[in-house]
Amino acid sequence: MSKSPATREFARRERPISPHLTVYRPPITMTMSIIHRITGGALYFGTLLVALWLMATASSQATFDWANWAFGTWLGRLILLGYTWALMHHMLGGVRHLVWDTGAGLEKHTASKIAWATLAGSILLTLLIWIAGYMARGA
Amino acid sequence: MSGKNTDMRTPLAKVRGLGSAREGTGHFWRQRLTAIANIPLILFFVGFLIALNGADHAHVRAALANPFVALVMALVLISGLIHMRLGMQVIIEDYVHGEGMKLALIALNTFFTIAVGVASIFALLKLAFGG
Repeated sequence: MSKSPATREFARRERPISPHLTVYRPPITMTMSIIHRITGGALYFGTLLVALWLMATASSQATFDWANWAFGTWLGRLILLGYTWALMHHMLGGVRHLVWDTGAGLEKHTASKIAWATLAGSILLTLLIWIAGYMARGA
Repeated sequence: MSGKNTDMRTPLAKVRGLGSAREGTGHFWRQRLTAIANIPLILFFVGFLIALNGADHAHVRAALANPFVALVMALVLISGLIHMRLGMQVIIEDYVHGEGMKLALIALNTFFTIAVGVASIFALLKLAFGG
């Protein structure tokens, strides 16, 4: 019997016979694994924005101002906020994988805790980066 | 070795350990190596962008023209692009099963990576050499 409270609660309920996918609660490790791949795919195309920014800076004042304006619109900021979070989540998820590569942190409940920590950590780092960014802008 | 009678590999092939794809653990190893390198490199890039937030054109040009910044930025790009190309290759191999489409997408993956890399590094060099 698992020690997880969620599993105990689930056991009290009448268990459905297959197909049971409608009541399947995905484990956090699975969700974070999927998000790791999605953020990786998003960051792949995000490199286009880095290339665009570098090329705009290298070309002319007008192009640079245009790129600055585009990144500064509400849609631009939303994309950059998502970009920051994807980068931080993928980085923390990657650190988690590097730890797993050593054979550590693979016990079920430990792995779940680390998975939650990557989510919380990525949100926290994103907020800190944006606060620091606005402080640099105000200074 | 227990597989003395079943292992068809030559002693040289066993020592090289490259397997049928002739790559061995190359993909895995480069993925991990670039992952480790990306941590400090990306943190530098994020910190650099925070410091430059709201800066005007002349200021950003001057910052990117700094030799240290230009060198580290080139490393950020190279390590990041190698890492992302390896990652996208795995995604393609996992989800695309048609042989023709898979080969086409894997080729496109390399072209995309090189296009982004060449464009970015050219811009960096232009800024660094004051073009």
